[in-house]
Amino acid sequence: MATLTRQQVGTFLAKQGILVAFVAFLIGFTIANPKFLTPDNILSVVRSSAILGVMALGVTFVVISGNLDLSVGSMMSFSTIVVLDLHDKIGPTMAIPAMFAMTLALGALIGFLVGYLKLNSLIVTLGMLSAIHGLTLTYSGGKNMDIVDKEGTWFSVFGQGSALGIPVPILIFVTLAALLGLVLSKTGFGRKVYAVGGNGTAATFSGIRRARTVFMCYIMSAACVATAGLMQASRSMGSQNTVGQGMELEVLAAVILGGASLLGGSGTIFKTVIGVLILGFIQNGLLLIGLQFYVQFVVTWIIIILAVWLDIAAKRGRLWSPIA
Amino acid sequence: MKPGVFSKALKSGAIWGFVVLELIFFSVAGEFLSLSDKAFMDWENMLLLLKQSAPIGIIAMGMTIVMVNGNIDLSVGATFAIAAIVLLDSMTWPIFAGLGDWVIPVAWLLALAVGMLLGALNGFIVWKTGVDAFIVTLGAMLGYRGIVFMFNGEQPTSHLNWTLVDFAEAEFLGLATASWFLLAVTFAIWFLMAKTVHGRNAYAIGDNREAAVNAGIRVGPHMMINFAIIGFLAALSAVVFYSESGSVNPNDGQLYELWVITAVVLGGTKITGGAGNVIGTFGGVIAIQLLRKGLGHIGADTSTVNLVIGLILIAVLVLDRQLNIKGKEELKL
Repeated sequence: MATLTRQQVGTFLAKQGILVAFVAFLIGFTIANPKFLTPDNILSVVRSSAILGVMALGVTFVVISGNLDLSVGSMMSFSTIVVLDLHDKIGPTMAIPAMFAMTLALGALIGFLVGYLKLNSLIVTLGMLSAIHGLTLTYSGGKNMDIVDKEGTWFSVFGQGSALGIPVPILIFVTLAALLGLVLSKTGFGRKVYAVGGNGTAATFSGIRRARTVFMCYIMSAACVATAGLMQASRSMGSQNTVGQGMELEVLAAVILGGASLLGGSGTIFKTVIGVLILGFIQNGLLLIGLQFYVQFVVTWIIIILAVWLDIAAKRGRLWSPIA
Repeated sequence: MKPGVFSKALKSGAIWGFVVLELIFFSVAGEFLSLSDKAFMDWENMLLLLKQSAPIGIIAMGMTIVMVNGNIDLSVGATFAIAAIVLLDSMTWPIFAGLGDWVIPVAWLLALAVGMLLGALNGFIVWKTGVDAFIVTLGAMLGYRGIVFMFNGEQPTSHLNWTLVDFAEAEFLGLATASWFLLAVTFAIWFLMAKTVHGRNAYAIGDNREAAVNAGIRVGPHMMINFAIIGFLAALSAVVFYSESGSVNPNDGQLYELWVITAVVLGGTKITGGAGNVIGTFGGVIAIQLLRKGLGHIGADTSTVNLVIGLILIAVLVLDRQLNIKGKEELKL
C-alpha cells in the first residue's frame, strides 16, 4: 500500500522511535554547531560516557532478571575511595584485587538478599544506597582520598592512558560490552537471565535455579561497578566520597532508554550501549549549543517518558492507556 | 480473640515497639557517651524532634497513600525545591508589591498550587500513558530538578519576610507551627484513608488493580488525585520549612525521596500496594528522626546514620518476610 496507515507509522515509530529521535538530535546539533560531529568530539563523548556505560552494562543484567539496582552509585564511590586509599598503602598491584574483592562482597550481599531471601530489590538496594554511602564515609573518615605520588605510578593507565590512539576507557567499555553481550546472548547463563526475568515461576518449574541466577546478576553488576570505580579513580587520581552519587539514576535512565523493561525479560547489551550514547551525545550537544548543564535534565525527562511510552504503546497496540 | 489478631497487632505495633526501644537505648547510652549533660528524653528535646520530623513527615503521609495505591513517587524532593523557590521568589515579584504582608498567603497558595500541579502532571502521565509510576517519577525527578536550576542557576534563592519567620517560629499550646502542620496532615490523610470511599478505593486498587477496574472504580483519575495530593504535601512541607529559613539552594530536597520511602516502609506499608496505614507511617517518621537525633546525641557522625538506616531498612524487610512465612504456616494470617 502506498499510503501508510496511522497505525503503521505508529508501530514503526514505536519500534525504532528512539533511533529516529537520536538521528534527529544528531542532525539538529550538527546544524547548530559544526563541531558536534567531528571525530575528536565523538571520541570525547564516548570517553566521558565510558564510566557510566560500564556500570550500565552490569545493571542491564539485573534489570533483565526482573530486579533493580539503585546502589550502583554509592558502590562506585566506595570502590573508588577504597582503591585510592589502598593504592598508597599496599601498592596498585595489590590494591586493585583487594578493591574488587570488597566490592564483589557487597554485590554478593545484595544478591543473597534479593536472590535467596527473595526480598524486594527496590527496597534492598535503596537501603544499600544509604548503607554503602555510610560505609564509604566511615572508611574514609569523610576526607577526600588522593594518591600522593601521582607521577610515580602506572595506576593512571585505566583512566588516562591510550593504546593504538584509542583512550583506554573506551577500550575497556567496548571490550566489556562485547564480552557481556556475548554472555547474555550466546550462553546458557544469558538465557537463564531472560527466563527468570520473563516468568520467574515458569523458569523455576523448568529447572532453572532462580535464586542463583539473580545472585549471579548482582555479582556481574558489582564487577562492572568495581571496574567503573577503577576507571574513575585512575582518571582523577583522587576523589570525593560522593563521586558516584546520583549515578544510579543516570544508569537506570540509560538502560530504560535502551528499551529494557523494568518488569524484566527484555533488553540487550547493544541497546543499553545505544542508551548510554544517546545520553552522552545529548549532554554534549546541549552544552555545545551553549545551554546550561541542567537543560539536559529536562530533556532526559521528556525522552525517557516518550521512549517507554512508545515502547509499551507498540506492545499493547494503542497509544493511550486502557485504564479508565 | 480471633486468630491472627495478636500477630496482626504485633506487626502493626512493631514500629512503636522500635520507637520505645530507641528511646531506651539512647537514654541509657547517652548517660555514658553523650557530651552534653542533658538527658535524651528531655521534654523540650522531644518537642524539637517532632518539629524536625515535619518536613519528611508531611511528605511521608502523601507517600503512604501513593504506595498503598501500588505506585511510588521519586520526584518529591525536586517538587519540594520548586515549591520553595516559588514561595520565596514570588514574594519579590513586582505585581505583588502593593500587597504588603498580604503577599504571604498569595505566595503560599502559589507554591501549593505549583506543587499540586506538578504532582497531578505525574499522575496524568501515569494514567494516560500507562507507563509505570517508578519510571514516570524517576524522569520527573530529573526534569523537575532541571526546572529548579533554570530559576536561578546554581545560585541560592533567598528572601526573608520577618512576619513569615515569626509565624513559622511561633508556638501554640507548646507546639511549633511545623509540628501542628504535621499533626494536621497526619489526621487529614488518616481520615481520608480510613473513613472515606476514596481511601477504601486506594486499598482496593493497590490490592488488585484488575478487580478494582471491574468493580467500576475509575482507577486513572483516582491515582491522579493521589499524585496531586503528594505534590501538594511536598509543597506544603517546603512552605512550612522555608517560611522559617528563607533561603533555598538548588540542591535542597535531594535524597528526600529516600528518607520518605524509608519512613513509609518502616511504618509497614507494602511496596507492592494494598497494605499500610498513616499511623504506622507516623511511627516510621518518628523512628527515623529519633535515630538521627539519638546517634548525634551519643556522638556518632552522619555517616553512621546513613549506615544504620540502610541496615535497619533491610533488617525490617527480612523480619517482615519471616513473620509472613510464619504467619502463613502457623498463625494463618
